Amino acid sequence: MTKPHARTTARRAGALAAALVVGATGLTACSDESGKPTLNWYVNPDGVDTLTALAESCSTDDYDIEIQLLPSGATDQRTQLARRLAAEDSSTDLMSLDPVFVAEFANADWLERLPDEAASAATDDDVLEGAAETVTWDDGVYAFPQWANTQVLWFRKSLAEAAGLDMTQPVTWEQVIDAAADNGGTVGVQANKYEAYVVWINALIQGAGGQVISDNEAGKDAKIEIDSDAGREAAAVIEKLAGSEAAQADLTTSNEGTSLGQMFGGPGEFMVNWTFVYQNYKGLIESGDITEEEFADLGWARYPATVEGEESKPPIGGIDIGVGAYSKHPDFALEAAACVTSAEAQVDLAVNEGLMPSRTSAYESPELAEAYPADLLDLFSQSVDSGGPRPKSAYYATISAAIQSVWHAPTSVDPDQTPEESAAFLREVLDGKALL
Amino acid sequence: MTTTVVAPRTERQQKPEVSDRAKAETRLGQKLVAPAIVLMLVVTAFPMLRALYLSLFNYSLTAPEDREFVGLSNYATALTDPLFWKTTGVTVLYMLVTVGVELVIGFVFAMVMHRVIFARGVIRTSILIPYGIITVVSGFAWQFAFSFQNGFVNGWLPFLDTDFNWFGDTTPAVIAIMVSEIWKTTPFMSLLLLAGLAQVSEDMIEAAKVDGATWWQRLWKVVLPNMRAAIMVAVLFRALDAYRIFDNIFVMTAGAVNTESISFLTYRQTIEQFQLGIGSALSVLLFLSVLVIAWLIVKLFKVDLASARQEG
Repeated sequence: MTKPHARTTARRAGALAAALVVGATGLTACSDESGKPTLNWYVNPDGVDTLTALAESCSTDDYDIEIQLLPSGATDQRTQLARRLAAEDSSTDLMSLDPVFVAEFANADWLERLPDEAASAATDDDVLEGAAETVTWDDGVYAFPQWANTQVLWFRKSLAEAAGLDMTQPVTWEQVIDAAADNGGTVGVQANKYEAYVVWINALIQGAGGQVISDNEAGKDAKIEIDSDAGREAAAVIEKLAGSEAAQADLTTSNEGTSLGQMFGGPGEFMVNWTFVYQNYKGLIESGDITEEEFADLGWARYPATVEGEESKPPIGGIDIGVGAYSKHPDFALEAAACVTSAEAQVDLAVNEGLMPSRTSAYESPELAEAYPADLLDLFSQSVDSGGPRPKSAYYATISAAIQSVWHAPTSVDPDQTPEESAAFLREVLDGKALL
Repeated sequence: MTTTVVAPRTERQQKPEVSDRAKAETRLGQKLVAPAIVLMLVVTAFPMLRALYLSLFNYSLTAPEDREFVGLSNYATALTDPLFWKTTGVTVLYMLVTVGVELVIGFVFAMVMHRVIFARGVIRTSILIPYGIITVVSGFAWQFAFSFQNGFVNGWLPFLDTDFNWFGDTTPAVIAIMVSEIWKTTPFMSLLLLAGLAQVSEDMIEAAKVDGATWWQRLWKVVLPNMRAAIMVAVLFRALDAYRIFDNIFVMTAGAVNTESISFLTYRQTIEQFQLGIGSALSVLLFLSVLVIAWLIVKLFKVDLASARQEG
């Protein structure tokens, strides 16, 4: 009675074994031992078309560069890369890194430290200061800045006009929120429980002259500064927006994409968002989603100030290219990293994908001048140059998650409690005394 | 069919007159099974023991050389942390509500599948379709459904604003996650219950009918008591699954607005924060709580697992 059953099992086992054999052969086929080596470049899925073209044009007679896609969220990108590197994966040759993770990766010895020549080339005078700052750690250079991201205040000119707000002068968050609320508009931010919410909080705190932590090199023992007047000013802005008519309905789950659609519907919005916005809306004219007139109504200004009279600190993002410490071909990988971060490569990324350069010379190229209005290019490069990076720490991921945990949801932020609570929680988490 | 590996051995101890041939067959059987057992030990027992071992260390993947032995202090940290108890509470809520609702709906579906006389195959298949869909996919589908920008749920519920954000607050977000979970796994429940329904002898139902029992009485006095073992198995399987809920939360809220479960908390310590020590301690605690739940359910239904198996 059990025989037919046993036979099926045997057949299944046979099929499984066959599958394993086929799978194993498939795997070995990937690593071409004899021919020229293939460098794997793990990229975040922004501007993949241009990155693919770059990978092709930077491949040489010695090696080929192949693109491998990472997940779309910064946290997930870090997780995937870190798991590979912690296992000493020799197939991770090049990687696109969010600047905030350079310190952590460098500290864990997962990144190849650039040799002096490459290091000075990667951070020479041509590179904007905000971007060059992101690739250094512990007196060494660990990556090549590829593109530099920053946030500016995007707005509907008609909405600002209706509110009587002079956008040629620096504006504060308070003015922007009131202007939107009084005229039926909204204010778009990123306040879901994810990395970009920390970007906003950090920019608000730095805009008030404060910072999240100091003495960053001390690692876990860094000084926590979030419970300060600047922290309270930042919390007050979030509280004001959350309680205002100008808050978008999905404030607590908002991300870079959710507020894009609010710009041209109804009275419009003020929105802090990254540089890709311009190319994004421009592309919508061709597809017929917005008209030329609507696009002409799109304005831009420097990131809003947290406190009146104090200069704002626009967030800095972007991508740095690191070389894996366990790569079999570190020399080729360094060469390839320099190639994909060259000024020409940066111009391509900016013109095709809206990802702005980290090199001054790229901003001055004729292609960029054709693709972007001159004042917008100025605004971008000034913002990157004078922006405020997120804390550089080997424990950044922990710090970020701890802040998200206390400051989310934005509707529950209270200037009298949230900064204090988050400082205490961050201390406990860094000391390993609390779960995150 | 019902002979198990354990049964012949006990028989052999009671009756020593086992033939040489039977002994040889047993030995051959053991040899044939051995590779599978070794494989099982390698892929299941090793990681479990390793987790147990790692849970005694303060160990971050980004600073492997700083690893230090801390004894049981990871357990102490976890058990005294309010976050641990909050997520445990949320997890128990997920489990109780989803299993409760699934039991009722699943039973109705099982009755339909059992009694339906026309288009049997089509009806059974369509009831089972959600279970064939990957949880992550169903999570995304329901996330879109509940989204106020492009979903339909707000439009269907007249008492809600069209821009009501389901994922903006704990209660609605938990409801949305539960709906997705229930939609996806009710078919599994009904499948297990259908097996139980099929066991209930028609003669008994017939006899109850002759004695004048109403439909309701037959259900409560004949059908349900006779499928107690099947109900227990269904509840046990689903409760253990539901207690480890992860995918829907990960997709729909990523743990925001206090929707995270104990699995999600464990995931964040281990995978996102690379804190292998405390993460392992949490997974050991998760394992222990699953054992407790299994024990409670078996006690609650007063069913002997072995006898439940023999009925099948």
